[in-house]
Amino acid sequence: MKLLRFMLVILLICNFNVLKAENKNLEIKINKNLRCLICQGQSVHDSDSEFANSLKILVKQKLDDGYEEEEIYNFLKNRYGEWILYEPKFSKNTYFLWLLPILMFVVGGAIILKLFILKKN
Amino acid sequence: MPSIIGFYSLIFGFFSSLILIFFSIKDYKNSNSLDKKIFIFSFLQFLFVIISFFGLILSFVNSDFSNETVFNHSHTTKPLFYKISGTWGNHEGSLLLWLLVLTSFIYFFLIKSNNQPKKYRILTLLFQEIIIIGFFIFLIKTSNPFNYIFPIPEEGLGLNPILQDPALAIHPPVLYLGYVGSSIIFSSALAATTENHLSKEWAKHIKIWVLISWIFLSLGILLGSIWAYYELGWGGFWFWDPVENVSLMPWLALTTLLHCIVVMEKKLILSSWAVILSITTFTLSMCGTFLVRSGILNSVHTFANDPERGVFILIFLFFLIFLSLFIFFFFYKGDNKNTNSFFLLSKETSILVNNWFMMYFLSVILVGTTYPIFLDVISSQQISVGPPFYHKLIIPFLIPFLIAMAIGPKLRWIKSGIEDKKYLITLFLISLIITILVVINLDVKFLLNTVLITSALYLFFITVRDFFIKKFSSFSQNIAHFGFSLLILSILFNNFLTTETIVNLKVGETHTTEKFKIKFEDVDQLSEKNYKVIIGKFNVENKTDGRSDILYPELRIYNQPNIVTSEAYIKTNLFLDKFITMNYVQNKEHFNIRYQTKPLMIWIWISVVFISLGGLTSLFKKKHES
Amino acid sequence: MKVKFFPSFLFLILILIFLIFYKGLNKSNIYSPDNIIEKKIPSFSGKQFYNNLYITSEEIFDEEKFYLMNIWASWCVPCREEHSFLMKFKKLDGLEIIGLNYKDKNENAKTFLSELKDPYDLIIVDRDGTIAIEWGAYGVPETFLIYDKKIVKKVIGPLNDDLFFEIKDLIK
Repeated sequence: MKLLRFMLVILLICNFNVLKAENKNLEIKINKNLRCLICQGQSVHDSDSEFANSLKILVKQKLDDGYEEEEIYNFLKNRYGEWILYEPKFSKNTYFLWLLPILMFVVGGAIILKLFILKKN
Repeated sequence: MPSIIGFYSLIFGFFSSLILIFFSIKDYKNSNSLDKKIFIFSFLQFLFVIISFFGLILSFVNSDFSNETVFNHSHTTKPLFYKISGTWGNHEGSLLLWLLVLTSFIYFFLIKSNNQPKKYRILTLLFQEIIIIGFFIFLIKTSNPFNYIFPIPEEGLGLNPILQDPALAIHPPVLYLGYVGSSIIFSSALAATTENHLSKEWAKHIKIWVLISWIFLSLGILLGSIWAYYELGWGGFWFWDPVENVSLMPWLALTTLLHCIVVMEKKLILSSWAVILSITTFTLSMCGTFLVRSGILNSVHTFANDPERGVFILIFLFFLIFLSLFIFFFFYKGDNKNTNSFFLLSKETSILVNNWFMMYFLSVILVGTTYPIFLDVISSQQISVGPPFYHKLIIPFLIPFLIAMAIGPKLRWIKSGIEDKKYLITLFLISLIITILVVINLDVKFLLNTVLITSALYLFFITVRDFFIKKFSSFSQNIAHFGFSLLILSILFNNFLTTETIVNLKVGETHTTEKFKIKFEDVDQLSEKNYKVIIGKFNVENKTDGRSDILYPELRIYNQPNIVTSEAYIKTNLFLDKFITMNYVQNKEHFNIRYQTKPLMIWIWISVVFISLGGLTSLFKKKHES
Repeated sequence: MKVKFFPSFLFLILILIFLIFYKGLNKSNIYSPDNIIEKKIPSFSGKQFYNNLYITSEEIFDEEKFYLMNIWASWCVPCREEHSFLMKFKKLDGLEIIGLNYKDKNENAKTFLSELKDPYDLIIVDRDGTIAIEWGAYGVPETFLIYDKKIVKKVIGPLNDDLFFEIKDLIK
């Protein structure tokens, strides 16, 4: 019984460290996905501007407060618009963006198949 | 004085082009050998543009601020090397560089194509002249590099200090030789289509030009990435920024074209691909010019936000597109001698598969780069398309692509079996085993990365094996594919193993992590020619092996223009790059320090050199043969 | 028949693309997140500048009158330029001026105010810049006109004559 409790504590501590590391990784991931609005083509993570630094603090605060990644994105989208996110959300505005290349791949493959490989001799 | 010569030389060049067109049309119908006057005037056209270009260089070197371009983009305190490179580091000068490459390529094409049919040569010339005339008009009317301003200013407005870098200085000329050089392929393909000259002979002859353009484009992109890595301070080398994408797209088309030409040399198939890709490559170059210079996109280095210039390029671009498509649909006769279908397991099919995937990658980048424009115009919504988009759509497809790259070259023409190719399976298993070991030890997540490493390793082993077994036959292909596998592998491992430590430190403080001990030892202040600099001295100790490095990142305060830049200090060796930057922290005495370790960084550059070497060796093999 | 169809279809698509690019050229691409008008003000709390006590947004914007919230800093050069307009606003009735001191040092801010005079009825300290982000701002100076807990107007950059009169009219 004592052994079990001991192991549980160890497990919790290990997980906690992993969680902290993962939180840090998530923080970096989010910061890399945010555009620094006053820079010319840099993510918040890469930028050292005032805006980027404030945003980094805010992201950390929100993560500590328990916000999920999506909630943070929504929070910022509400204030700054979709433009602040580097990964375009898959919504009705971006169906073509995400699907057009895939469509071209499939259609291209079909055309190649028909024109070159399945030709009638 | 040089500016005046430069301007009039430009005008003379324009008139030479008009005369050249006249004589070419006149000579088209008769059956004698090519009129000597055509050679003379194409040379004159080229000569005048060179003189004009040197006129601009001299104006920069002399800091002749009566020239508006020099005034806007230079300064007396600029070092000489950067005064010279400032010539092409601006909108007007870079357009003059366009003209230089356009006119030089057509001249050299003419004198090197004596074994080609005359009508084809004249038509190539005429198509190229359409492009040249367009640029002459664009230059003289909207972007004159020799505008006179009075009263003459005492001092110029200065060149951006971020642009004062050796790699960036030679990046435009190298890139343009590739980018703009593809114009000759465009003109040639249209001429060959019109004259029904799409044959093995044409493929052999145009291959040199494709190779030259391709090598320079590859090296140009490499230089741009190296510059981004050393100069921009974030430790990355590719951001899927529109300007970067705009150079990568022609490269993809050109690479695909190269493969088709190589096939066409041996078998007369895929000629429609060759023509379409020739058109596509140059079209993408023009399109890129449009996107970058018109201000329609937000990006790191848009040149001039001038919608008026944008309209000109847009109309010119679409004119060329319509012209080339018209020529293709009207004149192209298929290579119908060979109407048999391809077998699934054959070299022909593997080239098709290559084309298929390359066009997919091209479409991803094209859609990603231009979609925000479409969305904004159609629904006034502004979105960003950044690295996550490109990674998600490209990386999964790299896996079958790499495997096809490994197996494709092994297949025989027409039909192939895999009887004696047991090593194909053996090497695959070896790749798989190594990957598993790597993945376990490096704690790499995601199945996708695992499979990606396997396929990259597979290509790596196949090409290495081929080098030892086949030695120098098909060496160019081998080294280029080997280079590509190396590129993917080094990018992957660099990505997995890179570490980053960010901390605010005051002088004298030390920051300790699991792996490093970073001591901010000292700070020094110096005055250079056109900036003041604060140099930090950092002692970074690697706890694992106890070794230390001293690193000196800088903060540079320029006076013209008044900006502060952060210069990374990078210590490179074959295995690892140590990368450090320092930045001010608002209202504090601390500096924000970013220390990164980046394994295998130098191999990313070396692998691109290998790829280019593949092209280079192919070029010299051709010269040796002929 | 199919051969003839494809080129004309392609031709049409290309014309369409041309038109879209042409139209895109004439659009401005200075991105301004102007989707914030008529939005509710964010809920936040911050330390007051002079007495170090915390105050919430509910407490600040509790009355039915116009509020002008101005984001400023002592190190911000355009803030000096617009300062005279803030002093003019101070003279108007029915308008309360709130200052958000952005990423500043208290001593420097105090020097700034003593040098140029203090136009604010209340100053909140935004040491790390996160309150400004709540407002969707990304730099200094920025100014918000608020009524009934909603943002009526947002100004990015320093105030000028036109904006001054525009806001003055809105307040009436």
